[in-house]
Amino acid sequence: MIPEHFGYSAPSSISEALSLLKEHGEDAKILAGGHSLLPMMKLRFASPSHLVDINNIPGLSYIKEEDGRLKIGAMTREVDLEESDVISTRYPIFTDASKLIADPQVRNFGTVGGNIAHGDAANDHPAVMIALRAEVEIAGENGSRTVPIDDFFYGFYMTAVQQGEILTEISIPSLGERAGSAYHKAERKVGDYATAGVAVVIEVDAEGSCTKAGIGLTNVNPTPMRAARSEEVLVGSKLTSEDIEKAAEYAAADCSPSPDLRGDEEYKRHLVNVITKRMINKAIQRAS
Amino acid sequence: MKKEITVTINGTPQTLEVENRLLLVHLIRENVSLTGTHIGCDTSSCGACTVLIDGKSAKSCTVLAVQADGKEITTVEGLATAEGIHPIQEGFKENHGLHCGFCTPGMMMRIKELLEKNPNPTEEEIRWGISGNLCRCTGYNNIVKAVQYASAKMRGEELPSTEPEFVS
Repeated sequence: MIPEHFGYSAPSSISEALSLLKEHGEDAKILAGGHSLLPMMKLRFASPSHLVDINNIPGLSYIKEEDGRLKIGAMTREVDLEESDVISTRYPIFTDASKLIADPQVRNFGTVGGNIAHGDAANDHPAVMIALRAEVEIAGENGSRTVPIDDFFYGFYMTAVQQGEILTEISIPSLGERAGSAYHKAERKVGDYATAGVAVVIEVDAEGSCTKAGIGLTNVNPTPMRAARSEEVLVGSKLTSEDIEKAAEYAAADCSPSPDLRGDEEYKRHLVNVITKRMINKAIQRAS
Repeated sequence: MKKEITVTINGTPQTLEVENRLLLVHLIRENVSLTGTHIGCDTSSCGACTVLIDGKSAKSCTVLAVQADGKEITTVEGLATAEGIHPIQEGFKENHGLHCGFCTPGMMMRIKELLEKNPNPTEEEIRWGISGNLCRCTGYNNIVKAVQYASAKMRGEELPSTEPEFVS
């Protein structure tokens, strides 16, 4: 399978990339890791007339904590998250997720920014970013703007990144000392999309009451979803098993899974319930 | 829509004019005639087309040839040296790590990066490490043993037994 003909540029700066996107208009696409885009182009589901390859732009790959935030460059590869000490000690939710994304070869290429900008509710980082209350930095002709993750996903393959713009950074409020995070997805085999996935972030105070909760769901809704009612149940609670049970029930009830080869609706809701409980417990365990 | 690129393949720099849409695996197999790299699923699932790009294992059916401009590619043909076959190849040979052999080149290139990053992997790490490569013959057990053999050989340690295990 070979893609249709297209033009190709590999700019070496963001500003050059932005002017190329402007020049080539609506049919131009950004090529990041390419492991979602190229398969679509080979199947002719996508036929951009021009590819702007941003792999040669320096300074877009980093993981750093600064100004009370964890900042991840858009071109940071999944493998970099998997191998980062800052991530595995302070933000294990990413280590959980990146191990379950595709396979080692694909993780050598796939980028965090691409995973989000693709706008697919089946991807794993969207739910993780929802749980972490991330903000997305988007560069455009008139400078940069910041979009909260809750306003980022518009619909299937549609996000706040508009024509002529480039997602450059994801930034996350640093997790406190008493915070824990966890992610898991049920998948049929390595490399499959989630049958259902749940990302959980929990912060507790010295008395063990929950001060913050973030819960994101993968592939059980048309867009990546925040389990808002579940979060509300947890915040201010003592995180008793009844509270956790209730949060899991709400997540399973509030999502909107479609039946497909991975399972019917009832099965997927059941998975959301079970995984939500497990991930809340894992996050609590990691918080202490 | 063509572009001139320079890629170093198994140590030899090559300057080629390629179509933008040419996939790296086709460049390797057709333009450079190195047919050890196989095309299996053509959808980045099976791993048969795995090569190293600047030392990182990659599924070459999902990389454009133009993306390899200025990069170093290593294919299965680049494993052996004048002194003989690579310890990974020896591991497969000694442990019956292949039957039909179709997945083997991609499997070995993936294992090359795996052992460079983690010279002494556990069985679980090996199995996760090759989770992007499908083998429909061996059931993977002998591939795991091949990796353990290669790992021991590359670390200069005593080689594990290559006697087959029989399951009763």
